[in-house]
Amino acid sequence: MDNIILEMRGITKTFPGVKALDNVSFKVREGEIHALVGENGAGKSTLMKVLSGVYPAGTYDGEIYYDGEPRRFSTISDSEHLGIIIIHQELALVPLLSIAENIFLGNEIATNGVIHWPQTFARTQELLKKVGLSEPPATLITDIGVGKQQLVEIAKALSKKVRLLILDEPTASLNENDSDALLKLLMEFRTQGMTSIIISHKLNEIRKVADQITILRDGGTVETLDCQTEDIGEDRIIKGMVGRAMEDRYPPREPKIGETLLEVKNWNVFHQHHRDRQFLHDVNFTVRAGEVVGIAGLMGAGRTETAMSIFGKSWGHKITGDVLMRGKPVDVSTIPRAIDAGLAYVTEDRKQLGLVLINNIKENTTLSNLKAVASNGVIDDRKEVKVASDYRSKLRIRSHSIYQETVNLSGGNQQKVVLSKWLFTNPEVLILDEPTRGIDIGAKYEIYTIINQLAAEGKGILMISSEMPELLGTCDRIYVMNEGRIVAELSKAEASQESIMRAIMRSGEKH
Amino acid sequence: MVADTSNQANKPSIGDYLKNNIREYGLLVALVVIMLFFQFVTNGVLFRPVNITNLVLQNSFIVIMALGMLLIIVAGHIDLSVGSIVAFIGAISAIMLVKWGLPAIVVIPACLIVGGIMGAAQGYWVAYQKIPSFIVTLAGMLVFRGLTYVVLGGRPIGPFPKEFQLLSTGFVPDFLYFLNPKPDLIQNMVALVAVLALVGYAIYAGVRNRRVNEQHGSENEPFVFFAIQMAVIAVVALFIGYQLSTYRGLPNVLIAMGVLIALYTFVTTRSTVGRRIYAMGGNVKAAKLSGINTERLTFYTFINMGVLAALAGMIITARLNSATPKAGVGFELDVIAACFIGGASASGGVGKITGAVIGAFIMGVMNNGMSIMGIGIDYQQLIKGLVLLAAVFFDVYNKNKG
Repeated sequence: MDNIILEMRGITKTFPGVKALDNVSFKVREGEIHALVGENGAGKSTLMKVLSGVYPAGTYDGEIYYDGEPRRFSTISDSEHLGIIIIHQELALVPLLSIAENIFLGNEIATNGVIHWPQTFARTQELLKKVGLSEPPATLITDIGVGKQQLVEIAKALSKKVRLLILDEPTASLNENDSDALLKLLMEFRTQGMTSIIISHKLNEIRKVADQITILRDGGTVETLDCQTEDIGEDRIIKGMVGRAMEDRYPPREPKIGETLLEVKNWNVFHQHHRDRQFLHDVNFTVRAGEVVGIAGLMGAGRTETAMSIFGKSWGHKITGDVLMRGKPVDVSTIPRAIDAGLAYVTEDRKQLGLVLINNIKENTTLSNLKAVASNGVIDDRKEVKVASDYRSKLRIRSHSIYQETVNLSGGNQQKVVLSKWLFTNPEVLILDEPTRGIDIGAKYEIYTIINQLAAEGKGILMISSEMPELLGTCDRIYVMNEGRIVAELSKAEASQESIMRAIMRSGEKH
Repeated sequence: MVADTSNQANKPSIGDYLKNNIREYGLLVALVVIMLFFQFVTNGVLFRPVNITNLVLQNSFIVIMALGMLLIIVAGHIDLSVGSIVAFIGAISAIMLVKWGLPAIVVIPACLIVGGIMGAAQGYWVAYQKIPSFIVTLAGMLVFRGLTYVVLGGRPIGPFPKEFQLLSTGFVPDFLYFLNPKPDLIQNMVALVAVLALVGYAIYAGVRNRRVNEQHGSENEPFVFFAIQMAVIAVVALFIGYQLSTYRGLPNVLIAMGVLIALYTFVTTRSTVGRRIYAMGGNVKAAKLSGINTERLTFYTFINMGVLAALAGMIITARLNSATPKAGVGFELDVIAACFIGGASASGGVGKITGAVIGAFIMGVMNNGMSIMGIGIDYQQLIKGLVLLAAVFFDVYNKNKG
């Protein structure tokens, strides 16, 4: 059992401005199920992308040994050739092709480019049997549920003679029955000698199946726990995931909290696309003047959806509930009305949703409030230049001028432009969705400083973040969300990484 | 980590400036080179007063539609139906003027309104039902062409009353004849005075604009470029103005075109609506989340296109003095090509009115020049196609290099 199939040594991977992996070591024994855990952004997915050749050899430092030999994968097919198959969190299936077509996509059973259909269907039938799926091979992917799609992905992996199967959060979007079936399948594969690496947030599942657990934190390996030699409890895993010292990463602040600004009551929202599925259930929360309120939760907990459904109903469908500003109901049914009501929403994805990247700083700054620099529909260039220049110096945006295209700015400076845009609408409550994602530590500190200033000016801040230390370091109060519900409200004194994680895990087990 | 937060823009070097703006200067240079080339190979026919007048009349409707098309393309869409709108408007104007005998003063606004409704009918599907504009306007192209046949019963209608023909064949009367120093040479004094005044104002406005920019720390193009550009434009304009003044003067259409170009340049560069269209074309999701009503804006750009296509339709009908079912076939392609030659991006958010206008004139001069040379329509198409591809390749090449 101590035959090492995979060893990754000293893996370091840098993205512009961010060190995603720092000297990570990772060892997997043949025939085991190895769990990889860590907070969002700890580097789990990046590590697996390095392994599978998504990030080719040469773009990272360190060595990969597979079957005892050093390997340098420059494409995904290099690693697939050796039986390393990764199933990503977002399934890579073509919805309008059949199960059989998807399984053999790019790997068709064909002679001279002509597909051999009878053989394809026969092989598919065989593979589907192995994963316990009883759908006809000609069924379209779009017609089967997510759980079954996941099984198709695994069947696809099996078709490629998989030896090391990597699953990135395979059960994140599955219900309990489907999850159980999937985990059973993995255990069955283990008896046949297959090795699996599973990335998951669901610690109860990990305890059920894992032989070893490797914990990553902030792009480094914390420890590897062996479940066969000792009984590993969830608390033990959580401690490993979050146990970092709070350094001076957060500027100090004296909160001066005033009246309630924003109040959301009984907020129920159905899914944007799956229209009969309720996504948010009875969400209630408040934000007061001068207060920084956090929303913690895992990916898919419904935090962004909460924010976007409130901000002009820009996400979801069949939205019910009340939004009050200073105790008075307000109309937030369109984005312009939400802005008029005093809301601003800084999106999670600043490149896709926050900025018009081909436009310059000036144009982006005034976009949400063009009226304020125009009269009768004509833009007053001088006024606009002044506004943009003022925000540029106030938020310390580093650029050669306000005419620089925002596509050429660093992540931190782009985020400051988005903040400028929303500050110029003079909101009462700012919703900040992952405001420091993908920006370096120095710029993060500046963003926190801006947040503190805004709170000191009496604005209410609602901050969504997947980085728990960030929430603990900046917020006066933290709501915890899981599966579309607010499952806990923690004061600054009560909040800790352990208490947040515990709230999430406990609520997850209830449903 | 020293923050460079001063308002003073670092002065870019002349080389950098040229590199960053090569597209715009390149376009102007290309137009001048093409004009000189045809002037040479046609032995000076191109710039004869009568031919310049023809050039203006032949291209006015392409230029006018390019103004609307540029907005559509900048907004991230396309409109294939404009050629059919041209034909349909021609048909209904013929019915109203010739069959019903309505006065032009009623028919012209009525046609503009109908054009707007046709644009709205397509804009609704694009903006509110999210059907790709390519498909909606392809359907519109077929529907409006079919309607034209229905309305005309398959036969041309004409001729048109004189007052309507003035739309395209009229000239600004010479009310300044008493200033004319050389009546034997100059036929129309207004043309000369107007062009002189215009060039004078352009130089004055340009210089004033630079001074204002300097005071506010905004970017200015290097003086050399400014001077050369102004000189080229002034020389070309004065030359054309002089040539026109020795013939029949300024065509009405030229005035209408000039006013529209000025208006749309203003809208795209200075108005909130223009700014929002560019933002929407650059990133529709970000624009929407910034509180812009992107659906309504899209709807309006299609209405605007319909109105301009209607105007173009009336001008060409008046020029041909007949409404035919086949009028305007293939116009949409010339108009779209003009925008892309002028530097508009097929993915939206990028493009200038001046670019589209110059693009239209590049196409126009080539059409005209090649016709004078006696090159067949087959080779004309071939050459225009290659020019379009070359212009867009130039864009892509520059982008990848930078």
